[in-house]
Amino acid sequence: MDLDKVKVFVYARAALKNLVSKPATVDYPAKPAEFPERMRGHIEISPWNCIGCGMCMRSCPPGAIRVDRAADTWSIERFDCVQCGSCVNVCPKKCLSLVSGYTAPGEKKRLETVMIPAKKVPPRPAAKPQDV
Amino acid sequence: MAKRSIVPFGPQHPVLPEPIHLDLVLEDETVVEAIPSIGFIHRGLEKLVEKKDFKQYVYIAERVCGICSCGHGMGYCEAVEHVMGIEVPRRAAYLRTIWMEMSRVHSHLLWLGLLADAMGFESLFMEAWRQREEILNLFDLTTGGRIIFSVNCVGGVLKDMDSGMLRAVADTAERLEREIAPLTKTFLKEYTVQSRLKELGVLSREQALLAGAVGPMLRASGEAYDVRMLGYSAYQELHVEPVVRREGDSYARCEVRLEELAQSLRLIREAVSKIPEGPIAEPVKGNPGGEYFMRIEQPRGEAIYYVKGNGTKNLERFRLRTPTTSNIPPMVDLLKGCQLADVPLLVLTIDPCISCTER
Repeated sequence: MDLDKVKVFVYARAALKNLVSKPATVDYPAKPAEFPERMRGHIEISPWNCIGCGMCMRSCPPGAIRVDRAADTWSIERFDCVQCGSCVNVCPKKCLSLVSGYTAPGEKKRLETVMIPAKKVPPRPAAKPQDV
Repeated sequence: MAKRSIVPFGPQHPVLPEPIHLDLVLEDETVVEAIPSIGFIHRGLEKLVEKKDFKQYVYIAERVCGICSCGHGMGYCEAVEHVMGIEVPRRAAYLRTIWMEMSRVHSHLLWLGLLADAMGFESLFMEAWRQREEILNLFDLTTGGRIIFSVNCVGGVLKDMDSGMLRAVADTAERLEREIAPLTKTFLKEYTVQSRLKELGVLSREQALLAGAVGPMLRASGEAYDVRMLGYSAYQELHVEPVVRREGDSYARCEVRLEELAQSLRLIREAVSKIPEGPIAEPVKGNPGGEYFMRIEQPRGEAIYYVKGNGTKNLERFRLRTPTTSNIPPMVDLLKGCQLADVPLLVLTIDPCISCTER
């Protein structure tokens, strides 16, 4: 190796600057964490708009959402949800949203269930009789 | 003749962020053969394509890896779009390019930090990762995630950037260009770095081509091959030149990545200045029927996405060949004849991503 071309203490200036400057990290928890507006923290539902169509359940890649039209409930397994936002994108009534901030950690898997108003989806029209 | 012994390296090793195992056949301190074995984090994500809807699978494709996530989502979407004959709106192509180049910056800064850490240069490691944080904050601002972005969809992108966000991206790129100058100088001029990297693990151009090296590994050996030159997404409208070095040693690989870092920051600013107005996604009708090979340049090198659809909502086959898969054979070549103490550094110079490799 050609030692004439190498230098020592190249980083010294930056190291000294770092030594006297403020920390790059946030002083958490003394200062609360700040989340940007778009942060994909967790899914929230406005149940009064939900029509129980089940689009969110069918589009959810990890299968974390369950919609029970018989019991009028919408449930989410928080540990299975990967915050991809697939359900939010397909919801026809825009009642699902990705909200910033995380849900509390836990020791066990938990299913969060909310009641949705009685079925508003009109029943499917009866199939037309086939021409024989 | 010295007595031969076999030393296991990995799957858990301080220098490895992910598990790979090497059986190192040693003669005294010199490695005469390295036998790699993988399979510690196989998750069967390719098989999952048969069970999930082709639109749902985008979210799974981008979870193949935490560092190349944007590229995996984009590569998969572009392959499906080619099968379905969908032309992505120009704005969406530019947004994909911006996020892709931001991914390259954060991946290269991550690697530079890991390299400094492997050499025992802790303050340089911290400095590289501090700069990387700026890019992660930008991702958080524009996509809502720091590592997994969930912005790609078949037909375009899911999120747009308003003028404020585009300005923030351009300003951060400009500031980083200035701030990485001392970092670059340290990596290229400092005695500690040079003494560890120069003339270490020399891979000739012929060897690199024969073993199938890709990405910075191949370009550091003198081959000007960069898939971005094919002009997918918005690259055809940007000035992309492959960064090439001829020496083929670990120092050259470091130089290539440092120069690509500056190039990516320049490309981000160029893309922001040229981004057109318009829609961000094309409506998707029907199901994919047909097959396509899509190649994109990930931060670690060329990645290949093969999709085969049969006209139903589930694809028949998805195959992903990642850059690390291609770079393992040249890495095994590099290890022959090196000293045992240099093995961690040499393994690191290919920028291994094992979760990508095993899928």
